[in-house]
Amino acid sequence: MDTTNTQTEAQEAHVEKPVREIPMVRALFDDDDVLLKSVAAIREKGYKIQEVFTPFPVHGLDHALGLKGTRIAIAAFMYGLLGLSTAIAMTYYMMIIDWPMNIGGKPSMSWGENMPAFVPIMFELTVFFAAHLMVWTFFIRNGLYPGRKAMNPDPRTTDDMFMMEVEVLGEREDLEGLLKETGAVELQ
Amino acid sequence: MFEFSNKAKRFSWILMAIGAVALVMNFMTNDAAHGDADGHGTEMHAEAAHGSDHGAHAEEAHDGHGEEAHAESHGEHGEAAHTESNDEHTAMQAEAGHGHAEEHAHHSPAANKPWSRLFHNSFFFMAIALGSLFFLAIQYAAQAGWSVTSLRIMEAIATFLPIPLIVMIIIAGLGVGHVHHMWHWMAEGITEEGSATYDSIIAGKAAYLNGPFFMARLVAYLIVWVLFARILRSLSRRADEASSTDEKWAVWRKSRNMSAIFLVIFAVTSSTMAWDLIMSLDPHWFSTLFGWYTFAGMFVSAVTVITLVAIYLKMNGYLPELNQNHLHDLGKFMFAFSVFWTYLWFSQYMLIWYSNIPEEVTYYMARFEEYSGPFLTMLVLNFIFPVLVMMSRDSKRNQYFVIVAGAAILLGHWLDHFVMIMPGSVGTEWSIGWIDFGICALYAGAFIQVVFRSLEKLPLLHKNHPMLAESKLHHI
Repeated sequence: MDTTNTQTEAQEAHVEKPVREIPMVRALFDDDDVLLKSVAAIREKGYKIQEVFTPFPVHGLDHALGLKGTRIAIAAFMYGLLGLSTAIAMTYYMMIIDWPMNIGGKPSMSWGENMPAFVPIMFELTVFFAAHLMVWTFFIRNGLYPGRKAMNPDPRTTDDMFMMEVEVLGEREDLEGLLKETGAVELQ
Repeated sequence: MFEFSNKAKRFSWILMAIGAVALVMNFMTNDAAHGDADGHGTEMHAEAAHGSDHGAHAEEAHDGHGEEAHAESHGEHGEAAHTESNDEHTAMQAEAGHGHAEEHAHHSPAANKPWSRLFHNSFFFMAIALGSLFFLAIQYAAQAGWSVTSLRIMEAIATFLPIPLIVMIIIAGLGVGHVHHMWHWMAEGITEEGSATYDSIIAGKAAYLNGPFFMARLVAYLIVWVLFARILRSLSRRADEASSTDEKWAVWRKSRNMSAIFLVIFAVTSSTMAWDLIMSLDPHWFSTLFGWYTFAGMFVSAVTVITLVAIYLKMNGYLPELNQNHLHDLGKFMFAFSVFWTYLWFSQYMLIWYSNIPEEVTYYMARFEEYSGPFLTMLVLNFIFPVLVMMSRDSKRNQYFVIVAGAAILLGHWLDHFVMIMPGSVGTEWSIGWIDFGICALYAGAFIQVVFRSLEKLPLLHKNHPMLAESKLHHI
């Protein structure tokens, strides 16, 4: 218990409190299933959920929030093609043009006939480009760079709590009541 | 409960009728078209049976087909070998060429064609049933929850196993009895030093490749595999009848243990089966990867058939518990194992291509030069097509995409098995036509009859599987 508290305090020191521009209710949950059901109920009433903070990826949450599907798969395919092209260009230049190699006792000096020898390179570079560029794309799209301040409003969401930020529409009390009803354990 | 509809019954009977015509034509037309070659082969064979006529036999061999075959095989070997002249190499080539000539003369490869066609389709359908049994055992051994909704489909497909296996055992038995010569190593006198057909390489393998042991292995595969298919099936029936929680767990644990034992046996027999039935068709050639390569093709075909049967059931309103998420997972297996098959295919190919040793490259020389059509087509169908079509999440969740990709994978692996079997058994005399597809239709019809009747016998969903709830809630 003690260690958790010190940790929480230490983390709190780093947290930058974001300025509240839109009136929002922050609701904390202690169970991911309850959170999922609450998200569905809140959205059904027409409220707009700004953000949900969770300590681990909650299965089905993106679907419940109605988020658009990620396009990173398309990006990954493009990066893979880029890696494949790079491998082809590289092997062609190195092994055929710049320093023609006699591969496996078959001095054909053509890329096409030596292709089987280049397949491992083509495979590796396809995977390398797809994997690495996908990670960088993810970081850039999410604005994650070294030294970036945490956006997390409550450090407990990195431990055992889930937080939902809902934009207030109409009376604040109505929303708070609805959140309590659907299982929120704390409101901010 | 699933009901085998009259429409499906009619369809399967039509397939079987076409197939029966194809099967009859297969054995009839071959005799008519190659009557001379076949007759010649039989005559020679009869002569060879009399030990005293060996001299005459050898002479005739050189006069007839032998001459042609000799020149042909000599040229082939010359091309395959390094161009640098090397005394040792030349001697080896000459020897190899000589051996080849006798092989050609002894029996016309065209006479093996009807048997090879039947064998090819038998193996393909056996592979589907066996792959399905393997996948079923994996589900239990891995304690998988997601797949409970498709277990009955796997069980039903595995019940088809004995039919093609028995047909193959009969074909193998006729080979041992010298009715046909699909397996060159079965030729008479091939392991006897001094005999006209003596082949020192095959003689060196005689401890493994000999008639009685070969037949004993095939019968052992039949008994063991069918036994485990039946055990898993009866345990699955017992699970439905279980009345208490203890009992349902006990049945499940027994299924898991039986699956684990089967998988250990399968690990060995799937490889030896591939060596016996297919690799020994090219008895001089060997590849340590061959068993896994055959297994990969078997497994991806089986997963594809499981998926297609699941889609058929869903389209007819059965098995609502099997939803998009399960189909997505099955689609992932189709995609992943198409890539896995390509990986093994390429691993086998690249090492042989790189080292360029004559006795190894002959295998691929035959396939690239004489079988380039089906060989290259199957590479596109088995790799490029499924990879591009099945890559995205959306296409794996769209059953029409899965059907198109599945059809391509099945055709591709059917052709792959064709290219694995034909060069070793009929050589350059190959052709692919309506008879091949007709025999495939015969098997497809029989497959539908057997599998759908098995599906009818038990409910499509396990009642008491401990992970049934998990499978119903499966969500990805």
